[in-house]
Amino acid sequence: MTQTKKSSSQSMWNGKIVRRALVDSLIKLSPRTMMRNPVMFVVEVGSILTTLLLLQDKTTFSFNLQITLWLWFTVIFANFAEAMAEGRGKAQAETLRKTKSETVAHKLLEKGGIQDIPSSVLRLGDIVLVSACEFIPGDGEVIEGVASVDESAITGESAPVIREAGGDRSAVTGGTRVLSDQIKVRISSNPGETFLDRMIALVEGAERQKTPNEIALNILLAGLTIIFLLAVVTLQPFAIYSGSPQTVFVLVSLLVCLIPTTIGGLLSAIGIAGMDRLVQHNVLAMSGRAVEAAGDVNTLLLDKTGTITLGNRQAAEFIPAPGIPAAQMADAAQLSSLADETPEGRSIVVLAKNKYGLRGRELASHEAEFVPFSAQTRMSGVNLDGREIRKGAVDSISKYLNQHGTSMPREVVNVVENISRSGGTPLIVVENRRVLGVVYLKDIVKGGMRERFDHLRAMGIKTVMITGDNPLTAAAIAHEAGVDDFLAEATPKDKMDLIRREQSQGKLVAMTGDGTNDAPALAQADVGVAMNTGTQAAKEAGNMVDLDSNPTKLIEIVAIGKQLLMTRGALTTFSISNDVAKYFAIIPAMFAGTFPVLNALNIMHLRNAQSAVLSAVIFNALIIVALIPLALRGVSYRALSAESLLRRNLLIYGLGGLVVPFIGIKLIDLFITKIKLV
Amino acid sequence: MTMNGWIQIIVFLGVIFLIAKPLGIFMARVFDREKTFLDPVLRPVERILYKLTGVNESEEMKWGEYCISMLIFSLVSMLVLYLIQRGQGLLPFNPQKLAGVAPDLAFNTAASFSTNTNWQSYTPETTMSYFTQMAGLAYHNFMSAAVGIALAIAFIRGVVRREKETIGNFWVDMTRATLWILLPMCFIFALALVSQGVVQNFRAYDTVKLLEPQHIQKTGADGKAVTQTVSEQVIAQGPVASQEAIKMLGTNGGGFFNANSAHPFENPTPFSNFLQMLAIFAIPAGLTYTLGIMTGAKLHGWAVWSAMAILFLAGVTVAYWAESQANPLLHGVDQHATLMQSGGNMEGKEVRFGIADSALFATVTTDASCGAINGVHDSFMPLGGMVPLVNIMLGEVVFGGVGSGLYGMLIFVVLTVFIAGLMVGRTPEYLGKKIEAYDVKMAMLSVLIFPLTVLVFTAISSAAPSFGTSATSNSGPHGLTEILYAYTSTVGNNGSAFAGLSANTHWYNVSLGISMIFGRFLVIVPMLAIAGNLAQKKAIPPSLGTFPVTTPLFTLLLVSVIVIVGALTFFPALSLGPILEHLLMNAGKAF
Repeated sequence: MTQTKKSSSQSMWNGKIVRRALVDSLIKLSPRTMMRNPVMFVVEVGSILTTLLLLQDKTTFSFNLQITLWLWFTVIFANFAEAMAEGRGKAQAETLRKTKSETVAHKLLEKGGIQDIPSSVLRLGDIVLVSACEFIPGDGEVIEGVASVDESAITGESAPVIREAGGDRSAVTGGTRVLSDQIKVRISSNPGETFLDRMIALVEGAERQKTPNEIALNILLAGLTIIFLLAVVTLQPFAIYSGSPQTVFVLVSLLVCLIPTTIGGLLSAIGIAGMDRLVQHNVLAMSGRAVEAAGDVNTLLLDKTGTITLGNRQAAEFIPAPGIPAAQMADAAQLSSLADETPEGRSIVVLAKNKYGLRGRELASHEAEFVPFSAQTRMSGVNLDGREIRKGAVDSISKYLNQHGTSMPREVVNVVENISRSGGTPLIVVENRRVLGVVYLKDIVKGGMRERFDHLRAMGIKTVMITGDNPLTAAAIAHEAGVDDFLAEATPKDKMDLIRREQSQGKLVAMTGDGTNDAPALAQADVGVAMNTGTQAAKEAGNMVDLDSNPTKLIEIVAIGKQLLMTRGALTTFSISNDVAKYFAIIPAMFAGTFPVLNALNIMHLRNAQSAVLSAVIFNALIIVALIPLALRGVSYRALSAESLLRRNLLIYGLGGLVVPFIGIKLIDLFITKIKLV
Repeated sequence: MTMNGWIQIIVFLGVIFLIAKPLGIFMARVFDREKTFLDPVLRPVERILYKLTGVNESEEMKWGEYCISMLIFSLVSMLVLYLIQRGQGLLPFNPQKLAGVAPDLAFNTAASFSTNTNWQSYTPETTMSYFTQMAGLAYHNFMSAAVGIALAIAFIRGVVRREKETIGNFWVDMTRATLWILLPMCFIFALALVSQGVVQNFRAYDTVKLLEPQHIQKTGADGKAVTQTVSEQVIAQGPVASQEAIKMLGTNGGGFFNANSAHPFENPTPFSNFLQMLAIFAIPAGLTYTLGIMTGAKLHGWAVWSAMAILFLAGVTVAYWAESQANPLLHGVDQHATLMQSGGNMEGKEVRFGIADSALFATVTTDASCGAINGVHDSFMPLGGMVPLVNIMLGEVVFGGVGSGLYGMLIFVVLTVFIAGLMVGRTPEYLGKKIEAYDVKMAMLSVLIFPLTVLVFTAISSAAPSFGTSATSNSGPHGLTEILYAYTSTVGNNGSAFAGLSANTHWYNVSLGISMIFGRFLVIVPMLAIAGNLAQKKAIPPSLGTFPVTTPLFTLLLVSVIVIVGALTFFPALSLGPILEHLLMNAGKAF
């Protein structure tokens, strides 16, 4: 993840993308395209107006020309911002699309036989045969066979994965390569409707649907534009009344400076960049709406295994029975686990090695007979030089001891109860029917999870851990990990009920899932992130797919959603605050000619009327360019409460928006009067 | 500025703070239909009224029905007032035998009183009969105020209700606002005013001999100067106290006399002056606490109250400061405040009120959409006169009109929550209700109508010498301010006159009438649409991630949005009006 971020910041001004964006920003001048953005459309109309009037007045031609040029620049800069965001999105999509290279599909015909057709004409429900070393022609589900598949093109993970018919590992993605064996795949989408297609459409501007918040913000900006249009249009009669009529150039300049061009020009770039950031995290979203919803999430449902804890339980401690030396017990435990390939078994070997310096021994020289775990005895162990070592769960060992006429010592029973109470799993080790001690297996909570949950809590997001464990174990792990709540012995129905319950309180719920039995819950959740390794059903039910299949990523997705909204809000505030300074630049410039006393309002001491107007217009255009990196990167995001976030962002973008243009306009004024532009 | 002046201002704000809570609790009980101490008397009356009018008091209305009921009610009563004025010559209680009112003026006045504006293009004592004043104008003073309160309550219900279609019953809300709130308060307030010397009678006007005959210079028919000696004065009479009570409590502001609250029969003493200012702010301030109770977020109510109080203090400070300044055009005159003289600019002010109470009254009456005056705003210093103007431009939300102040303020709250809410990284929400495209659209429509109407009409008038600028009595920036003030006052439903504009012309009567109707109803319709839309939404429970609407930070933000939206829209016009006039005055030029 850090790597993707680094590469993205390097490519922010990637030459190829910039060149393409420059061309695109001119193409986007077409009024039909501009109409989509009411604020910038008004600027374009103003630019056209001043261009048409350019030759009317020769006396102030130089000033009029400069104003007109900068008005056009304003439009072009805004287009450039959008084109840059699109360009970066496209570049991202391009890498994804490479995986979509045209392949030949072997379509199985209903009446039997095979027809070779291009993958692009495959339709929903078609069944294709894919053999070793061939590319899978489209997204689908394995209906027959098992194969190892190289999915590195999508996930970047080089180790091949197993895909097989039935169960939770049946989904395959178009563009990935079968390495061995042969499978039959039922295609699950029509051409142009695959996940990849949808994602490409989301980062490419033309097809992009505006998201709900973006629509609302656009209405606000259009409303403000109308208000300022009124203020400027009616200013001319007031000016005439006062005996100081204004030129169209000055009036258009005032209008363009007042309407929220900064946010208006950057709004779509912010939206596209938000989607792009998601792709950089290897997450595909079905809609922009889903990304926004991620920012609004109130409750996160997180699967315990793989998200909160490392995949499996691990040995944490050896607790010997009374009278048994710890080293002897560790030795027996290690011996019994040498052939145990389960993660639990391996962790016992490792713990014995780390704690007691017992190294894995070569047992070939001994008469070693390994007893594998069986469903009947539910124990495993080793018979070695007359030693009969067994380890297993409490009840199976009890049964084993009872059969041989002995029982568990009182002290060991106490230890076992303690471990169970604290959420661990006890394993009993016996040698020749004598209890040596207890291995304490516990779930290991991933590092740093507690801090992340604390952050989420500070942001008002509740985390709920979902686990199949019994309530006792679940409670202990929940406590250790620092989640707010847990759902123990969870069935798919329980999960669904939990989501419904939260939603009925007006909350938005996000969850991850991979299995087919997760599909209803994924569909019900407001943000459902399906793992790419999951079933087709799960992927279709969710509204995002994580190509890395990393359930922890849900937290990043929430952050991306929030960052998207924050960036919009921050730049809106900045844009509106800017107007104060622009008034102080332009109003005295307009009327001080007739009423020199109005120079009292020229608090920036701008050189003259022309330089004041021009400086404001130049600042207004340049600030768009200056803020493109911020729009593309998003405002810096911290996990803070709403109150602290608001205070922080208000200080930076509200107060900053008030102060920055005073300084900027003054500097531009100094510069352009120095080089005698006016 | 004097210590005495400041103490009066602070005591005033302190009393407004103290009465907000008890009044707010009472109003919340009235509209939640809980028991109040007035029930034994008023419930039977209420039941009879519903029986007579066929209102089913348990029936609830969707926002559309609520809105249409309100519009029909206002339209019909506007029409009735028009007819009363036209036919007052045939109607009783007309000892002065005043003739019917001209059509354009009658339209203007009907629009004015049914929109709670009380703009008066006429001189009441020589135009309106007692019958018109009481059955026509005073009736509207009650009804337009009751409508305002009902609408504010309907909006609050929209915020509070969850997944509901309805926002209350217009007829019930209006009836209860009148019976439980306006009538009892007016009854007590009128008695208090009578105790201070406000008249209450139905007598014909008195004619008295002047102690000192006045000599008036006039131009005779032949164009030569003639001196006329006046030795008698007609003193107007009437049922003033009862009118005065609702004029203030209902933030109506339409004076019984032309001089309004500067007239000694309307506002005889500094104490009656203090009571009148309290009456203006009482209900609007109380409604902020009602908001807090009904939404279950009392701190939110106080946050809104604080935003209003900050804007009020800012206004009164500038006005008091500006009026305390010496007039730079009066060279060599001692204009300092001493024990023997008030100092500052006393032109157009009553001696019994002085600088502080005049500046305070001007601020209060324009913060709220009252529009009563106890001094002439036209005679204020340019910046002092700008304060009333700017107060109205902010949208009449600084306590504001009864009801209309609160719902106007809540529209700004919606916008504030939307603009700043995004900055906390969530879809903006107001007290658990998401603010989405539809709400923003309606809020913008509602906010847009104010500058649209003001600026367009002012622009037309200032560019038209024949019917626009000809009515101003001053030239230059001051003349522009006079026109701007008239439209701002009417669209804002304030009704105070800057004076100096002879508004009783066809153009001004009609355009100002339209302004009042636009400023009232075109704001209300989208406002109710938001209420209806919010009522249908689910409520999201508050968390640490929720945008805070109860904190000082929120108050600050709300104030900034109101100031920026108001100031940014009108700054160009203001800079050519009062600001330019102020700067020119300092440079020695007057208009």
